[in-house]
Amino acid sequence: MTERWSAGVLHYAEMGYWQPDYVPKPTDVLAAFRVTPQPGIPPEEAGAAVAGESSTATWTVVWTDRLTDYEHYQGKCYSVEPVPGQENQYIARIAYDIDLFEEGSVANLTSSIIGNVFGFKALKALRLEDMRIPPHYTKTFQGPAHGIVMEREYLNKYGRPLLGATVKPKLGLSAKNYGRVVYEALRGGLDFTKDDENINSQPFMRWRDRFLHAMEAVNRAQADTGEIKGHYCNVTAATMEDMYERAEFAAELGSVVVMIDLTVGYTAIQSMAKWARRNGVLLHLHRAGHGTYTRQKNHGVSFRVIAKWMRMAGVDHIHAGTVVGKLEGDPNMVAGYYDTLRCNTAEPDPVKGLYFEQDWASMPGVMPVASGGIHAGQMHLLLHHLGEDVILQFGGGTIGHPMGIAAGATANRVALEVMVKARNEGRNLLAEGPDILRAAAKRSRELDMALSTWGDVSFDFEPTDTPDVLPTPTPAGA
Amino acid sequence: MRITQGTFSYLPDLTDTEITSQLEYALGQGWALSVEFTDDPHPRNNYWDMWALPMFDLADPAGAMLEINACREAYPERYIKVSAYDARQGRQTVALTFLVNRPSYEPGFRLDRQEAAGRNIRYTTHAYALDRPPGDRYGPQ
Repeated sequence: MTERWSAGVLHYAEMGYWQPDYVPKPTDVLAAFRVTPQPGIPPEEAGAAVAGESSTATWTVVWTDRLTDYEHYQGKCYSVEPVPGQENQYIARIAYDIDLFEEGSVANLTSSIIGNVFGFKALKALRLEDMRIPPHYTKTFQGPAHGIVMEREYLNKYGRPLLGATVKPKLGLSAKNYGRVVYEALRGGLDFTKDDENINSQPFMRWRDRFLHAMEAVNRAQADTGEIKGHYCNVTAATMEDMYERAEFAAELGSVVVMIDLTVGYTAIQSMAKWARRNGVLLHLHRAGHGTYTRQKNHGVSFRVIAKWMRMAGVDHIHAGTVVGKLEGDPNMVAGYYDTLRCNTAEPDPVKGLYFEQDWASMPGVMPVASGGIHAGQMHLLLHHLGEDVILQFGGGTIGHPMGIAAGATANRVALEVMVKARNEGRNLLAEGPDILRAAAKRSRELDMALSTWGDVSFDFEPTDTPDVLPTPTPAGA
Repeated sequence: MRITQGTFSYLPDLTDTEITSQLEYALGQGWALSVEFTDDPHPRNNYWDMWALPMFDLADPAGAMLEINACREAYPERYIKVSAYDARQGRQTVALTFLVNRPSYEPGFRLDRQEAAGRNIRYTTHAYALDRPPGDRYGPQ
């Protein structure tokens, strides 16, 4: 007792942050960290240090702890296990009492959990792998402005993945030329087109001019097809006031969707989610910048945690990987992200990188977006890996079609519909997919050209971020 | 023009055998089938006329095919769609829907533009057929 409170420095484990007998309460927020201790630091002490530095501790004993019911507020590291196949890495599980967090604030949650501890000297590296957010806490968040079901009813589109494309080139087009790309892609068969993350309001094209031309294109395409169409108007800007102004203009023009970038910050995202629900406009989130901290296995924050936070923050769409495209994404890990975004409950599944159960308590799902180096020739793989509630975005794979943008869009739509039809008929997509596409291409010149242009393109690189329970990574085509 | 609403509008019109196969899939998922028709195909027309009630207790796709054909016989010149409804918690919405009948001539939509200040334009999607009264829009029934 006296030793615990003597002035000076104590091991975190001795200060109560290591509690191997602790049984987490249903209301606790749980976190799994991958810890790489410095030489000489026992793993339990490293886990306790993480628990301490992400809750009440500082580097030395402070008597003012005794003015509080400090045991209640201490993060408790209750388990430390070595990571299979990795030297000197441990998964430390930590429980936090729900009292540590402000209701409905992603900024507060993240400032607590990742605010201080990632630069801690006693650790070589640290990664937040997963979190369990209890319903008691998720219920204090708005959640997705609309969610998957409402989005489908809003758009009147069911039974298949949605299709999109990012306008290319992403920089330099004038507003009028930009709108042409939007029009051609939408009239050819896509549901959405998209501003890229760095298209905001540059000298070559100001935001208001872009929105006006994009909405002309959207409405033309809607009349041409009899379908609801949308363009993600990127309202990312320097200040909230600017973002609201741009979003309000998009809504006034009748846009069904606006978009923001992850770079605007968690608080701005929550503000825009409230705006989106208030105004009946879908909210698309581009995960710009996430690769800087999600990709490396030993340090940073796993994307599945970001996905979880963004569902709480309240976006309707988020980019979450393609498996087969040009960007990082192990199939199992991507399945874990998609479960995190779409399912109401999830069980722990180490193969998918899910360390905890998660009960969303009916919070609507977020529509994952698959974007980056995908094309019509991969449609069977995309449907197999990603399922139906997903937006497949073919940028180059639409705009680069040799017969034109509309033909590129048609090729993708034909490939998608024929694959959904075949799946529903009970056919084996992995085995028969290429045959199904070739048969459809006999009736669709657009698809035929797409297959002969890109049919052999694949991005088979070994993923960086893989689950550590499997001996080998799973190739995308398996 | 060809309205591209529904899950399979970019494919050739489904044959009755292909339709049956989709109905079988839907029933296998535990979804309830229903038939709806309209002569107002505006993309935001959420309430097509219901051809009887959803077939909640149907097990055999042939039963739904009978209803589709009866609807086609009654309204050969209208849009008819079949929908599969998923009543499970967390969905409680349509899971699959596709057209099974089209009018022989689809005139499509006109885009009306109302110019407003600041280069704003207010758009209205106007179906040419809606210039005629209900029941008389796609030729005689």
